[in-house]
Amino acid sequence: MSDLEFDPLGTAGRLDHREDHAPGDEPVESAGHWVANANLGLGFSVILTAAAFVLASTHLIYAPAIPVALLVLAIAQMGVHLVFFLHITTGPDNTNNVLALAYGIMVVFLIVIGSIWIMSHLQANMMPMNQLMQMQP
Amino acid sequence: MTDHPLPAAVETVRRVREDPHRLGHRGHGHGPVEGAGHGMTGPARKRIIVGYGFWIFLLSDIVLFSCFFAAFAVQRGATAGGPGISQLVEMPRVGWETAALLLSSYTCGLSFAATNARNLLWTQIFLLITGLLGLVFVGLELFEFIDLASRGITPQVSGFLSAFFGLVGLHGLHVTLAGLWLLTMMAQLQVKGFRPEVVHRLICFNLFWHALDIVWIGIFTIVYLMGAVA
Repeated sequence: MSDLEFDPLGTAGRLDHREDHAPGDEPVESAGHWVANANLGLGFSVILTAAAFVLASTHLIYAPAIPVALLVLAIAQMGVHLVFFLHITTGPDNTNNVLALAYGIMVVFLIVIGSIWIMSHLQANMMPMNQLMQMQP
Repeated sequence: MTDHPLPAAVETVRRVREDPHRLGHRGHGHGPVEGAGHGMTGPARKRIIVGYGFWIFLLSDIVLFSCFFAAFAVQRGATAGGPGISQLVEMPRVGWETAALLLSSYTCGLSFAATNARNLLWTQIFLLITGLLGLVFVGLELFEFIDLASRGITPQVSGFLSAFFGLVGLHGLHVTLAGLWLLTMMAQLQVKGFRPEVVHRLICFNLFWHALDIVWIGIFTIVYLMGAVA
């Protein structure tokens, strides 16, 4: 045991099933549990990724629907990664992690949707470039 | 009909059945856990605090990426007479990049399984494979950028290309820095072994690597695949 960190109870390396858990971490489980999780995550991800590449490079579905289908597949795969690789669960030991994630997703949506919304309106209301050039002194 | 309370055992059975996780009642009926951050038992364990703090950092990093995604979405049509997104995409290369990063995420998860089993050899082997796959990814991206530059497609051509190189390049930079972190972790593991602080850093590294793969899902979908069908 090193003295690099403050650990008066000597419990720094251990986890208790009764306490909260950080993402990517779980109370003591057999190695098989982690390997099974990784296998499931890889399986689902391969299916979703392959589906996205197939949809984008063939004419399997109605062409205008392809971007929406790709977005749905991407969001599904992000969920798979969160559950099987980052070990975010719905359990009571994960409420803090899920709340932080929800706040992060909210900020991401505000930034992305807000930017697209505002800039598209600016674009629509902008004077055509040739008229703008005529107004230059 | 029953004025007197239920026997304690029946009461416990009823409580467990109605509320198996004892939401809002930490300690699962055993009182506050020493060092778990519940009640007045002091701060949570270092392992929890380090992992949770790094999770907060990761979310802020994802917010940073969302700004670059927003810039890309806004600038997507601003080609200024230069090449558009559909002329940039090479499907096979994107496919290989995605495969390399997804597999590296998988081996990274396996390395953490070996860490939990306290198996130094397999932890190092899987970390090495993770690093090599990351190297393949960065190499493919570097060749892509060199290829584009040789065709005169550089960031200063248009607003769209600035946003494209900014977003994809920022992710590539993250993977490169994560690769350096990975080498550092392998050296620390070899010298120090599975000390608590080394395991904490491994938890954080795993989170970082998986988060980079999540960001890549967004990039290959929104930038490349949606660009190819545009």
